[in-house]
Amino acid sequence: MTFSPGDLFLILPELLVITAACLVLALDPVLSSSKKDGLAWLSLGTLAVSMGVIASQMGHAAPAFGGIVIIDAYACFWRLLLCFVAGLTVLLSHTYLREERLYFGEYYGFVLLALSGMMVMVSAADLLTIYLGTELMSLSLYVMAGLKRSEPRSLEASAKYFVLGAFSSGILLYGISLLYGATGSTRLPAIAAAIAGRSLDDPLLLAATILLAVGFGFKLAVVPFHMWTPDVYQGAPTSVTAFMAVASKAASFGAFLRVFVEGLGGLKANWSAIFLLLCVATLVLGNIVALVQTNIKRMLAYSSIAHAGYALIGVVAAGMAGGPAGGANGIAAVMLYFALYAFMTFGAFTIVAMLRKGGLDGDEIEDFTGLATRHPLAALLMLVFMVSLAGIPPTAGFIGKFYVFMSAVEAGLTWLAVLALVFAAISAYYYLRIVMVMYMREPVALTAASPRLVMSPALSIVLACAVAGVLFFGVYPNPLVNLAGQAVLTLK
Amino acid sequence: MTIPISYYLILSAIVFLTGIVGVLIRRNIIAILLSIELMLNATNINFVAFSEHFQDLGGQVFVFFALTVAAAEVAIGLAIIIALHRAKDSINIEEFNLLKW
Repeated sequence: MTFSPGDLFLILPELLVITAACLVLALDPVLSSSKKDGLAWLSLGTLAVSMGVIASQMGHAAPAFGGIVIIDAYACFWRLLLCFVAGLTVLLSHTYLREERLYFGEYYGFVLLALSGMMVMVSAADLLTIYLGTELMSLSLYVMAGLKRSEPRSLEASAKYFVLGAFSSGILLYGISLLYGATGSTRLPAIAAAIAGRSLDDPLLLAATILLAVGFGFKLAVVPFHMWTPDVYQGAPTSVTAFMAVASKAASFGAFLRVFVEGLGGLKANWSAIFLLLCVATLVLGNIVALVQTNIKRMLAYSSIAHAGYALIGVVAAGMAGGPAGGANGIAAVMLYFALYAFMTFGAFTIVAMLRKGGLDGDEIEDFTGLATRHPLAALLMLVFMVSLAGIPPTAGFIGKFYVFMSAVEAGLTWLAVLALVFAAISAYYYLRIVMVMYMREPVALTAASPRLVMSPALSIVLACAVAGVLFFGVYPNPLVNLAGQAVLTLK
Repeated sequence: MTIPISYYLILSAIVFLTGIVGVLIRRNIIAILLSIELMLNATNINFVAFSEHFQDLGGQVFVFFALTVAAAEVAIGLAIIIALHRAKDSINIEEFNLLKW
């Protein structure tokens, strides 16, 4: 395999992020604890530079390193989104870790390592690189979930995440090996060429497709492969939960779409039936179980499961739509959905992270009682995020759902759009319950143990970004719609 | 005489299923970790068998990467198990019940 120095420029953002991660890990032990803030700023600076480089690569599509990586507009779209979310995570963690008394400089190193894995996942064009990216992301996240070593819940979350994550990686890898056996290659374009005109009659291909769907199903947390999600999201430190809920899900969708559309596009008719089932199950179970949750991190976990269900509608629509144009609309809707989902979910988790109760997370829904009287601005922001998650206009959540449902209608799946609409209405119940608790209930008398909000300039920036995104793209989504529309054209 | 590829596939399928069943029924987290290793090694059998069958080195390269990743995974897994054992004095997954709906 040969490569030109130009290839190195194409993966420059990944190289920058990995270099910064190693630098953070190396500097952490030698820095005095008063200077550890510098690690956060180093990470942020790197992310800003990487985003600049990615933006400059947006226009052209180029395979690198003999075709194991492809840097096209599709990859750049996801990479930009992931870097942005990682930047928000660093800002959020800076305050959150101080509150939790977790003075681990290596935390930022893990954020960056996980991010580099995610960036590799979305720009990979070979199952080997996709696998390596997935593992780099997952291994970093296992550690991050268990970072609160003094807290048994955090360790338990980490152990559960590890066991189910490794289990799903094993299934994914077995699927990859069977696909290699069925097609003779791990390169996505070669796989696409090998399966052109074939159907799932080939048992090897059938088993490979199912195992890949299951493996990715765990990573995307779609029902029935979602069991780890609520436990892990609840037990992990909130800043990590926010990162997982947004970035790891987006990256998994990015890689998943690449594999199934670009590699297994010839089996569209077959896999769209599998995902239709998963999609309906996810919508039903995610939304119904969220209704009865009393812990807000758990509720948001089920909400994120439900949102993966909405995004899957776009995937199913892409698989069922006739002609290439119909398929592109579905995929573009999924990409748009995740870009918008990032703002609202991250914003909601930020408010959850800010709420503290006697040195611990204030993560029960009851802790929000009367927040509107004590912290009107934070309550208002939470209201915006909840309204957006429920998909009510004029917020970003509405736009995301609108485009996904439109793609379903165009693909002739009107019933699916109607079903999803019904569940979106049901979801409004549990989102607006938070609003009700904040605004309608009288706050109990303040004591030392009652929940309080932590504020810092870094958190203000995160919240400002999130709410600006939710409201701006809710009113004027065209820039993102165009970006997703262009990005999807490179996916063949 | 060469061994037909289907033999390798059957072997790897048996190893893989043993791993899956092990993950699902064992209660000791170390045994679960071992079962996951079985699943990964079943994959390696597949890759090597197909690589030989296609006379294509790509599969064997994949095995090297899979082995390395599996080693990293075990390192992190054992670290998590040790931390958990310190906190709970147990590595039986039935006792990890703080998080439940």
